[in-house]
Formats: sequence, structure tokens, C-alpha cells
Amino acid sequence: MGPFIEVVLGGLLAGVLYSLVALGFVLIFKASGVFNFAQGAMVLFAALSLVRLMGDDVGMGHYVGAAAATGLAAGFLVLMGWRRARPQTPMPAQARWTVLIALAALGSALAALHGAKGWSGWVAVPAAAAIMGFLAVAIERLVLRPLVNQEPIILFMSTIGIAFFIDGFAQTIWGSEIYTLDLGIPKDPMFLLESAFEGGILVNQLDIFAAVMAGVLVVVLAVFFQKTRIGRALRAVADDHQAAQSVGIPLNQIWIIVWTVAGFVALAAGIVWGSKLGVQFSIAQVALKALPVLILGGLTSVPGAIIGGLMIGTGEKLAEVYLSPFIGGGIENWFAYVLALFVLLFRPQGLFGERIIERI
Amino acid sequence: MERTRPIGDVLLQVDDISLSFGGVQALSGVSFDIRRHEIRAIIGPNGAGKSSMLNVINGFYHPQQGRITFKGQTRRRMRPHETSSQGIARTFQNIALFRGMSTLDNIMTGRLLKMHRNFLWQALWWGPAEREEIEHREHVERIIDFLEIQSIRKVPVGQLPYGLQKRVELGRALAAEPELLLLDEPMAGMNVEEKEDMCRFILDVNDEFGTTIALIEHDMGVVMDLSDRVVVLDYGRKIADGSPDAVRGDQKVIDAYLGVSH
Amino acid sequence: MIYREAGQFKTTYRADQAVFPILQDRVALLLILLGAYVGIPMFASEYLVVAILIPFLILSMAAIGLNILVGYCGQISLGTGGFMAVGAYAAYNFALRVPELNLIVVFLLAGGATALVGILFGIPSLRIKGFYLAVATLAAQFFLDWLFSRVQWFTNYTPSGSVAAPPIRIFGYYFGSPAERYLLALLLVTIVALVAKNLVRGRIGRSWMAIRDMDIAAEIIGIRPMFAKLSAFAVSSFIIGISGALWAFLHLGAWEPLAFDINRSFNLLFMIIIGGLGSILGCFLGAAFITMVPIALNQIPAMLGVPISTATASHLELMIFGALIVFFLIAEPHGLARLWAVGKQKLRLWPFPH
Repeated sequence: MGPFIEVVLGGLLAGVLYSLVALGFVLIFKASGVFNFAQGAMVLFAALSLVRLMGDDVGMGHYVGAAAATGLAAGFLVLMGWRRARPQTPMPAQARWTVLIALAALGSALAALHGAKGWSGWVAVPAAAAIMGFLAVAIERLVLRPLVNQEPIILFMSTIGIAFFIDGFAQTIWGSEIYTLDLGIPKDPMFLLESAFEGGILVNQLDIFAAVMAGVLVVVLAVFFQKTRIGRALRAVADDHQAAQSVGIPLNQIWIIVWTVAGFVALAAGIVWGSKLGVQFSIAQVALKALPVLILGGLTSVPGAIIGGLMIGTGEKLAEVYLSPFIGGGIENWFAYVLALFVLLFRPQGLFGERIIERI
Repeated sequence: MERTRPIGDVLLQVDDISLSFGGVQALSGVSFDIRRHEIRAIIGPNGAGKSSMLNVINGFYHPQQGRITFKGQTRRRMRPHETSSQGIARTFQNIALFRGMSTLDNIMTGRLLKMHRNFLWQALWWGPAEREEIEHREHVERIIDFLEIQSIRKVPVGQLPYGLQKRVELGRALAAEPELLLLDEPMAGMNVEEKEDMCRFILDVNDEFGTTIALIEHDMGVVMDLSDRVVVLDYGRKIADGSPDAVRGDQKVIDAYLGVSH
Repeated sequence: MIYREAGQFKTTYRADQAVFPILQDRVALLLILLGAYVGIPMFASEYLVVAILIPFLILSMAAIGLNILVGYCGQISLGTGGFMAVGAYAAYNFALRVPELNLIVVFLLAGGATALVGILFGIPSLRIKGFYLAVATLAAQFFLDWLFSRVQWFTNYTPSGSVAAPPIRIFGYYFGSPAERYLLALLLVTIVALVAKNLVRGRIGRSWMAIRDMDIAAEIIGIRPMFAKLSAFAVSSFIIGISGALWAFLHLGAWEPLAFDINRSFNLLFMIIIGGLGSILGCFLGAAFITMVPIALNQIPAMLGVPISTATASHLELMIFGALIVFFLIAEPHGLARLWAVGKQKLRLWPFPH
């Protein structure tokens, strides 16, 4: 019994990682109707940015750039706070630019003083988050805005282009070796339930951390979608771009918000994946593994992404242990897909997706 | 109105049709018939179940209860492509043309059922396949002439104005040479002139080709002018059936349209 | 002023339905074919033929296959590489196990085998659509990758997993030189392009496009969705299978499963996006474009005297491909083929603006 439970538990915890990646997909699909193939590339970019900012062998330019980005992001937060506090009197344009430039300059100066020693996680994680925010703005400006009201398939293909671009861009500026990421998350294996089984069950503390983080993310996102004004606007946009625009929802802002949040989720996934396996190009490929999770759980369901991830993780581990002796190794490359395909044949909208009603 | 083809026997008979989606009852116990060569109007307030009725007739929806008899044969559960090969064609309330294709191709698509050359001949585009294509092209050109859309023959339909799209859609339905033509609000959203054109086309189709027509329409003037008999639905039930004049005077119909509480 | 169609009246529907209704187009096509069949084998350098023209031709054929499925029938596929692998390994095994078979028959059988696999993986398309289907075709890609690298029967138990094509001998004639292999590829591509064009402008092509544009309406006017979709999968896979066999036999010579991985699938998808979805001409334009970009990337920095490392070059290539895809989708979603058509339209009226 012990080994079996260990396999299942190992699968569940591996599934959490899939869920984290799938979550980013679901977010963007739910809020903008775009099937974002670039989510894996975003995970890679986030993880690479983070690990290279913490490393000590990157050129000064990168630190200064990242610091400027963080400063700008802080500036935006200040402006947002201002608008919240005094909705009636918007800050004059000149003051706005002054704040932004000042904060960016301040950040750059700090980075230059701090030198190319590598930052601690407390600075590097927000900086990486700021970079993801800028990526979101760039994607919205350069790709999504010109493609408003295009068919979903065109948007999907454009995200394949984005994925290729980010893959190349990330490796060009940050390098393409394998980097170890150490944020001080405990990684030691530990034993659970020693009283119940002989020898207990071996789990990794990092996996537990990942599971807790995924849980927190899901709760936060669920609240964000269901309870906030922005969440409602997001859902409206997902239903129909034109209709949402016509009732005065600012499409561009919404898209930036959603892609930024997806960038944060990518960063979270990048932290966990990177801590576990090291940051390297294959992270972007791992995202392909999240696709079956997605169709299993349904494209529009946040809980679906989590449960789908757990199912795929468990199924994969079980198949690896109990099935591959019979049909040869390496089946984890396609097992998840075939499992998902099988489910689709019976439930075309996935396990938790919204039912498709065909009308004419 | 003078008719070249007199109204004949029953072409389609629907009996006691009930249809529901989840908890919503779209149709309950509706029965009526459509006779050969007649123009039969189906009217009723919004949500009365008119479009659902058409969807049932052409096999897109499957009623939970009831019988459909077409050309004297009670029909089993059928997919839409089977009913269309039996001779039922239709147009849609929201235009359902193939937007990426030209007018000509759209109407040619309507004739797919009549084309039979197999794959290999088509791959070679030679001999029988080419003759078949030309033969059908001639038929389609007659429809294009009839509907007066020669000038937009090669224009992608996505670029056409609404009124012309409706006309192309009628052309596509006609290309199948149907015995029963279902028109779902053929004149919705048109201006008076376009409506007059469309009325004339419908009458001509009925008269020249002898096609039986069932149509849904909200414009009462049009309905009263065009149709031979009218069936009135309200909340999924049939509340009246008969000649336009009889229906117009029916108290239940007046109540339904004016919204008397049930 | 030369490109005019005034005076060319179409008096029969047959003339109106011709692939190239305008005289000048027919002349231009004849000249291109003449150049391709006579000029290039006589004058082109071996590098040009081996490194550029043969891959270009074979990838054009694969792009035609993919375009039938994606551009004409509207079913997204990310499994093209896997289907090419089926063609390659099927051809390898037919040639290996039945040596007396004519190679043309081998290629056709390879196409047939791929068509069967294509139909199998196309069955989900009857139930699922759009993105769900795209992911389902990824299943085909990964499963087939695994199959050919793990099940050693397909590679005839060679220890390295790499296999080599037999000599290309058809009707006793040995296709040894690059020019001869080029001509064989050219001939097959010409035939496939012609057949594909005939299919898409006829009955079956219209039923594919109807499914693409509005599947429910297509069913209501009498098109059987199952037949239309599966026939698109079958024809598409048949062509892709033959192109896979040619890729292995004429271009690679010896290969391993990696030659047909998911990057090949994306590569082909990019070709048809850039070339033009739903256009046979676009397949050739897109294949030419995508074949040329990496070569240009390798050559241009060297020519400018800025040597870049191969790693940087490959990263730059990713970036440029990505940016190009986005650029084309924004600027012209119908690709180079539409630009070409617009250009021709302008030329007809030139020098008058309308």
C-alpha cells in the first residue's frame, strides 16, 4: 500500500505543476477568448529573468534595465493609487511623466549602486513581475490591438508567433544555459504519515510548497473573477469583444490586466519549475504538457485546470510505474494527450467546461 | 391570384410535436400540415417556437414526442443532411452563408447533393467530372439570372450588403431544387423596396418551380398578401390555423399579439 | 500595359472555370514550368538544387497537404510532422520488406498508410472543434514521435534508430544525381498541385469550404460533416505522407525520428499562414519564404562581416519567425497569395487607379 500511495501522491504533486501552467492558459482564455500558446514561453521568460537577476554574471545593462522596469511599475502603482484616491482630479500629464521618470531613474541608480552582484529574491521577484507586466503591455500594443475582432483562429496563430518570439528573445538577452534557481524554498525530502505506514511516505517539501501556492492562487483568482468589478468586465470581454466595447468596457486595459496576471502566474510556475529542475529552455516545452490538462479540465474553468492537472499528473505517474514495463518507456510524452483525447470523445467541452449549445 | 399549379395533397404533416430544452418547453403538441404548392406562413410573437418548428422539420432538433410525415412516409429520426437529400431546403434567420466563398460557389454548394462524380474523376477534372460541373453551372446560372444577381457572381459573399446576402441565401436553397422550402424571416431587416423584391421572388419560386414554401415572417402585410394558409403559434402551442382572413379575425390571435395575460 | 484581359471573352462556362482564365497567366506559367523542367537542371549549381530547391519542392507539397486541411476545411492540425514521419517510415518499410515494389507504388502506399492514420486521428474532429482539436492533433504528433523512436520494428532494429533510404530506382532508371532527384520531386509536386487544385475547385472542395465557413449550415444544406471532414483528413494526410516519404528518400537519405518532430509541424503551419490559407499558390510562396529565411540569416551577417554564433543565429531565427508570423497576421491574414492577387488586380488596371 505504501508504494502505491507514494506514486499517487508523487503524481498529484507533479500534477500541481501542470495545473500552475494550465492556470495561465485558462485565465487568458476565459478573459479574452484567446488560446494563448505563448504561456510556456512566458514561463520560460519569467523564470530566466528571475534567475539571471539573482545570478552574478549578467552584464550591468540587464540590472539597470530591470531596475528601470521595476521603477516604472512602481510609478504606475503610484498613479493608480492617485486615481483611486482622487477620481475627480486626474494628475496633470506633466506630473505623471515626472513621477514615472523619477521612479525609473531612482531604480536605475539603485541598481547601478548595488552593482552586478546579483539581487536577493526579495528584489528580483518583484522585478521579474514588473518585466512580465511590460511584456503584457508590449503584447497588447503590438499584437492584440491590431488584431481586435479577428477570428479566434487568427489570434491563436498569432500567439504561436509570440511564443516563438519570446523563446528567441529570452534566450538572446538572458542566455541559454541551465541555471539553478535558489529562492530559499526548502527542498529536502521528508516523511509523512510515518505512524500509518511502515517507513511513511516520501515527499519533497518543494512539492508541498508548490501545492500550497497553487491553492492560494486559485482562491485569489476565483475571488478576482467572481467578486470584483474588473472580473465582471473580463468575463464580458470573453463573451463578445464588440459587445463589451459598446457598453464602455476599455478593451485595451482589460487585456493588459489579464496578460499581466497571466504573466504573474507564469512567474509562479517558473519559480516552482525552476527550483525543481533548473531554469532551461525545456521549461517552455513542459508547457506543452499543460495542454492536455487544459482540454481535460475545460478551457474556461479555473478549478478544472487544477483538477485536470492532478488527474494527468497521477495518471502519468501510475502509467509510468505500472504500464511502461509492458509497452516500453517514454510514454509520459503522449500518455496525457491520449488520456485527454479519450475524455474529449465523451465530453467534447472537457470535464468542467461550459456546455456548448449549438444554435442557428 | 391566379395559380398555374393548383394546391394539391398533403406534402408534410407534423403531428403532436413536443420539444423541450432542459426545463424550457419550446413546442408542445403542435400539429399542422403543409400542402403541395402552397405558401404556408408560420407566425407568432417572439419566442413562440417558430424557428424551433423549422429546426424540427429539417432535422436539426429532435422532438421528444410526435411524428413527422413527409411525402406520405412517416419519418424516423433524421440528421439535417438526410432531410435535405429528401428535398427540404431552408434559409436562416441570421444569414448562414459561407462567407469565404463567392456567390457562385455558395450557390454551387447548394447543388452538391445533385453531384455524383467520384473522387478520382474530380482529381483529374476531366471528362465526366468536368461535364457534370458545367451542367450544374448552367442550372446555377439560371438561378442567378432569376434572382438578378449576375453582377455579384464572383464577389465573396462576406462583402455583400445584407439584402443581397439574403438573396444569395435564397439562391443556395433553390439550387437544391427542393420540394419544400423553409424560409426563416426572409424579409427581416429589409427596406420596403427590398421587401417587395423578395416577395416577388418568393411568389415566382412558388409559381414557376412549383415549390412548396413554409415561411416565418413578422411583417403581417407580407404574410397576408403572400400566404395561402397561416398557422399561429404562441408559447409553443398552436392557437390558430386557417386562411389569412380567418386568422386575422381570430380573438386568440389578437390576444396573443396584444399580450392578454394567460 | 501588357497585362490586359480586354478582348479575351469567355464564351463557355468551361473557359470561365479554367484555373488560369487569362492568357498572360497561362504564358507566364508555361515559362515558369519550362524554366523549372529545363533551365534549372541544366544551369543551376548543385548547392542550389540540393540545399534549396529540393527541400523547397517537397515542403511545398507538404504545405499543400496541410492547407487542404487547415485552409480549406478549417481543421487546425499541429501534427503534420508526425504524419510526414508515417509517410517516411511506411515508405522505408515497404521498400525494405517488399523490395520488388516499384518506388512510385511505394510512395503511393506510403501516402495511403498515412491517409489511414490521418483518418484515425481525424475521428475526434467529428466531436470536437477548434482549439480542442488542435490539441488532439498534438496527441498524434507526440504519439507518432514515440512510436517511431521506441518500437524498433519500424526502424528494422537498427541499433542507432537511424535508417537509410534505398537507392532511388524507378522502372530500372537510377535517380542518382541531384538534378535527377530534383526532376523527380518536381514532377510529383506538379502532379499533386494539379490534383489538389482540381479537388478544391470541385464538389469536394466546396464541401470542405462549406464546413470551414459554417459547419452547421453546411450540414443543413445536405453536406455530411463526417464525410467532408474525414475526406479532408484523408486527402491531406495522403499528400503529407508522400511528401514525408520524399523528404526522407530524396532529401535526407538517412534520418531519425527527430527529423519529423513538432518543429516540423510548426514550420509547415507557418508556411501556409505566410503563404496564404486556402490557396494552392500560397503553399509555394510560403514554402519558398520559410526555406529562404534561415539561409539568409546564415549568409547575411557573414556577408556584412558580423559573424554571429550558431546559438545566437538560432535564437534570432526564432525571433524573426515569430515576428514575421505576427506581422503577416496583422498586415494580411490571407498571406502572400492575397498580396499577389491584389498586385495582379492593380496591374490589370494600371496605369489607371480604378
